Amino acid sequence: MGTPIKDVTLKPTAPKEVFFYKHVTYITSYSSKKDDYEYVMTEYLRMSGMYWGIAAMDLLGQLNRMNKQKIIEFTVSCQHECGGFGASIGHDPHLLYTLSAIQILAIYDALDSIDVDKVVEYVTGLQQEDGSFVGDKWGEVDTRFSFCAVATLSLLKRLDAVPDIEKAVQYVVSCMNFDGGFGVRPGSESHSGQIYCCVGFLSVTNNLHYVNADLLGWWLCERQLPSGGLNGRPEKLPDVCYSWWVLASLKIINRLHWIDSKKLTAFILACQDDETGGFADRPGDMVDPFHTLFGIAGLSLLGNHSDSIKPVNPVFCMPENILTRIGVAPQIL
Amino acid sequence: MAAQEIDADSGSEFDDDLALQFYRDRPEWNDIIPIPQDDGPNPVVRIAYSERFQDVFDYLRAVLKADERSERALDLTKDAVELNAANYTVWHYRRVLLQALKKDLREEMRYISEIIQDHPKNYQVWHHRRAIVEWLKDPSNELNFTESILEKDSKNYHAWSHRQWVLQTFKLWDGELDYVHKLLLEDLRNNSAWNQRYFVMSNTTGFSDESVVDREVKYAIEFIKKAPNNESSWSYLRGVLALRDISSFPGLMQTCQDMYSENVRSPFLLSFIIDIYEEQLESKTFPEDTLLKATQLCDVLIQVDAIRLKYWEYIKRSLTLRFGKQGEA
Repeated sequence: MGTPIKDVTLKPTAPKEVFFYKHVTYITSYSSKKDDYEYVMTEYLRMSGMYWGIAAMDLLGQLNRMNKQKIIEFTVSCQHECGGFGASIGHDPHLLYTLSAIQILAIYDALDSIDVDKVVEYVTGLQQEDGSFVGDKWGEVDTRFSFCAVATLSLLKRLDAVPDIEKAVQYVVSCMNFDGGFGVRPGSESHSGQIYCCVGFLSVTNNLHYVNADLLGWWLCERQLPSGGLNGRPEKLPDVCYSWWVLASLKIINRLHWIDSKKLTAFILACQDDETGGFADRPGDMVDPFHTLFGIAGLSLLGNHSDSIKPVNPVFCMPENILTRIGVAPQIL
Repeated sequence: MAAQEIDADSGSEFDDDLALQFYRDRPEWNDIIPIPQDDGPNPVVRIAYSERFQDVFDYLRAVLKADERSERALDLTKDAVELNAANYTVWHYRRVLLQALKKDLREEMRYISEIIQDHPKNYQVWHHRRAIVEWLKDPSNELNFTESILEKDSKNYHAWSHRQWVLQTFKLWDGELDYVHKLLLEDLRNNSAWNQRYFVMSNTTGFSDESVVDREVKYAIEFIKKAPNNESSWSYLRGVLALRDISSFPGLMQTCQDMYSENVRSPFLLSFIIDIYEEQLESKTFPEDTLLKATQLCDVLIQVDAIRLKYWEYIKRSLTLRFGKQGEA
């Protein structure tokens, strides 16, 4: 109907297969180019960066190529006396990096190398009067942090420690919008990343009945553009990370089959760099570890590369077998 | 974690001569022993920091450790912010210093305004601004400021969040609908603006008053007619009517049918008509061919919106299962 659509076009020459070994090389070599400007600039989120790389390598079945001993030592040394983890040694603790650290240690089955009680104390101390969570002791309220809190505690099998779980749930539910989605705080616009966090939160706490699954599912599948890629909000460009957040949310509410998975697969594959390995946000852009994890995890959820990529858990973005080992099974509709 | 975003636009160059001098070469800093980044006993990664980055942050670690509350420390946080505006420790330290040194917070507002102009998509800078507004208890410049950011990117999530906080905290609702209207005239697909309209309405009049609902329905329809494929205006219409019967709302079905006969095949229009039919089917007082009409529209959707074919098939199947005669499903 002549409606202008913000989208990208996939070139006929775009990659159509997974460059498995290129990605393995990309992730292993990423940590060796320390003089890279980008690497220095991302030090403040190093712990999450490590999680992205480690989770991706495990999904590819290549975790043995990473230096387990050193990674665990580094992670452990980022824990503060208060129990929280910083992004790097000496950096202030934050809930985002605490979850990343726990995810890394969970993947390596090394949770016994830290003081778990202290972590629980740190995380539970971040809950506010109204049930919401802040990300650090001075910080802002954001539904991302509600998710980080319960995800961390769940991996530690200490979900029971949340001071007021009912209030925590009600806070997240109060961020639900008229279109079925969720935002960062009550009344904030629906956004795929926040939806992932809120749906993930409700899954971890076994409260998915609060979701209007048909309405939200429709909104989520409206995110698919003619290129096959998914965007984060209406009228935004498609992106591999939003593709993951939308896809994972759809999986959790059991509506993943509502999108065109063939087209989405083609979009994700087109975001690979056929020379360096790794995935970019969209075709032709620079690759990075963040989009590389979400590209691989997205392909895993779509299930059509099961010979080379392990099944991923949609809530934790970690290999399913890790959660089975720990005994954590978040709710799926 | 999976919700952490890389803020790729941090970092910029120094712009005056004094700042170009390394801290280690400045006589007024020679009482401080810089503390290098500890990469751990067996670093996974040995990072070759750029010289300037290393210089600034080595001195920052030192003053942080000594908990120094001084003018020079405050200046140092500025340099650190220039190198990485996303470092939340730097911002927190800066706030501690601002209070300890009883600095002019108006001056700080000018400074943070400049920084946000350079890094409008950074969480920490907006958080800092909010703290300063709270201290000053003065929101008088906030609507103008967020407007200037939204002028460059009308969907900036941080700017909208800050604006919502200001409106709600200081009860500044009066001109907001006009502002939203202006934005929608510029871009009727601006989902953030539609959300803001809903936000203002639900925080002021609410949607229980008939005349309010009438007005908002008309408002949405007016925009829908201009662009029937606009997801956001349809979403808003559904939001406004969420607690009401859409099948009995005066004129609504007629408006939809008129658009349909004008050959509009927007999936949102068709889906809305299906919802009206569904409500009629639930009320059990409906013409005999209602289900057939609804499923026929599903068939059209399966054609015109093929990428979501599975969704429309689901809608068709559930209608048939719920309302069809036995055997039809």
